[in-house]
Amino acid sequence: MNLVSVGFFLAIVGLTLVVTYIAAKRTSSAADFYTAGGGLKGWQNGFAIAGDYLSAAAFLGVSGAIALTGFDGFFFSVGYVVANLVLLYVIAEPMRNLGRYTLADMLTARFNEKRIRGVAASGTIIIVILYMIAQLVGAGALIKLLFGIEYWIAVLIVGVMMTTYVLFGGMTATSWVQIIKASLLLFGTGVLATLVLIKFDFSLMKMFDTIATDHGEEFLVPGIKYTSTIDSVSMMMALVLGTSGLPHILMRFFTVKDAKTARSSISWTTWITAIFFSLTIFLGFGALNFVGIDKILAESKAGNTAAPLLANYLGGDVLMAFIGAVAFATILAVVSGLVLTGASAISHDIYGEIIKGGQLTEKQQVVAARTGSISIAVVSIILALFAQNLNVSFLVSFAFCIGASANLPVILYTIYWKKFNSTGAITAMVTGLLSCLVLGAMGPNVWSPVEGAAIFVGNPIVPLAVPAVITVPLGFIAGYLGTVLSSSKVPQEEADRIYKEIRVKANTGVSVSDISH
Amino acid sequence: MANISGDKNIDSVDYHAIEAMESFNKFVKKKNTFLFSITAVFLTLYILLPILAFQPVLQQKFFGNITGVWVYSAGLFIMTIVLCTVYVKKAASFDKAAAAILAEYQAKGGN
Repeated sequence: MNLVSVGFFLAIVGLTLVVTYIAAKRTSSAADFYTAGGGLKGWQNGFAIAGDYLSAAAFLGVSGAIALTGFDGFFFSVGYVVANLVLLYVIAEPMRNLGRYTLADMLTARFNEKRIRGVAASGTIIIVILYMIAQLVGAGALIKLLFGIEYWIAVLIVGVMMTTYVLFGGMTATSWVQIIKASLLLFGTGVLATLVLIKFDFSLMKMFDTIATDHGEEFLVPGIKYTSTIDSVSMMMALVLGTSGLPHILMRFFTVKDAKTARSSISWTTWITAIFFSLTIFLGFGALNFVGIDKILAESKAGNTAAPLLANYLGGDVLMAFIGAVAFATILAVVSGLVLTGASAISHDIYGEIIKGGQLTEKQQVVAARTGSISIAVVSIILALFAQNLNVSFLVSFAFCIGASANLPVILYTIYWKKFNSTGAITAMVTGLLSCLVLGAMGPNVWSPVEGAAIFVGNPIVPLAVPAVITVPLGFIAGYLGTVLSSSKVPQEEADRIYKEIRVKANTGVSVSDISH
Repeated sequence: MANISGDKNIDSVDYHAIEAMESFNKFVKKKNTFLFSITAVFLTLYILLPILAFQPVLQQKFFGNITGVWVYSAGLFIMTIVLCTVYVKKAASFDKAAAAILAEYQAKGGN
């Protein structure tokens, strides 16, 4: 670890701690803690959502995947970008109009039952933990590589930092850490891409020609990693639909004051992600051409260090240290958002609303939120320490799959389907969740005939790496059947009355405070 | 009618009255038709990528060594930016329509 790396590393830690200190002074109520008091501006929330998208998996993983597998890696980039449209067209505004802190709040606005809240909160906790283990294990490995720190110390550093941000600064600190990180990441990626383009005389044609002649034409088309259409379709489905069901993304819509600001947030996110993911081509092909596959593979089998290695080639130790620090900030920001989301499910949904029946005082809610944050952080850190030697990066795709299969159907039905009832909501969520976990556990990420390639040795029963193509329809069908085969728990007139209210709120954003008397 | 369940805390906005307005239902229908038809279009164009990516049509070279999959992907990026802009424009007109409906509701004397 050299002095420049230490310098950038400390600068990032210092800056984020200052932000947390300022945010802490503004965090006194539960609304401050979970949603920054709903006071974020469109561009701020847009950058923060982009920050959630641009996880270490997206930045390091996608550029590495393009370097190693060519177009197969770029599938992810396309998926992340188009996912913005699903959020914008059918999710963002009704979500803002109906929800308060969590996904469960939004669902219980229509079905006021504890079991709905319980199932939704459990789904959130499972997604958060899966996502977090993948991020923490990746973080430990990356920091070990960049700074030469032992894995367990690295995980503890990240764990302590994320807990600090959330505990003291709540959503305000988490959002600003995301905004800072997204800006740095965009800047760093821009610098790398420009340097790569200079090497190719600013000619896309020349870059593609060099890749084709020096590395092989197979990098220009899919096929190195993905050979089956159904496998790719399934993965792409999970990406585009799953984003709209990820609780830490959905929660971000409650940090703005109204639907109009939610809309402008996603508009910002769309531009930022479109620019960023276009640049991944230059990072990936740059790393392939200038660093080379052998050197990338020698550092990490998944290609996770392709971007830092490229930075080293293009700008020496200083640029590599900067990109390393940005990657560190990326991990910190994403895991903080996850801690906060997990805490909202444990403290607000399960403890506050289900166990205490929503009777907590403001002060008790904040204490509960902080206790929840610590619990979810500790559990994740312990799991990450045990998972050190497992290849867990696929857990992120599980999270997307659950988001698409368990959360998206129930969100859409709740907003748009009049006949939908609470039994349908339960069957949709449980079926979506279980089918992802069961089919995923029988798939090639968990079972491989090659020893060490997956967690267990053996033939996968389900050939799909991401089973979304089966589980998403299952989630929708289960919601439909659950509804038509059961009778509503509340009298029909009451159910109609609530749906009418939801319909008016979702479409006009009207609430009591908007109409003067 | 709004108070069928018999609860005593009537919301100060009469959602039922707004929901019963013809202008409101026309508006929601128009809005949902727009949202869902565009969504169907972009999801179809999107999911065609992993399907066509394995077919000769997108595997052939379009410009120099740039193959069809990259060109189609670039098209999806442009589509995303364009549809995002279209939505923001369209949503501004939806905002106006929603405001007009609320004004109509208040003019009718619904508290």
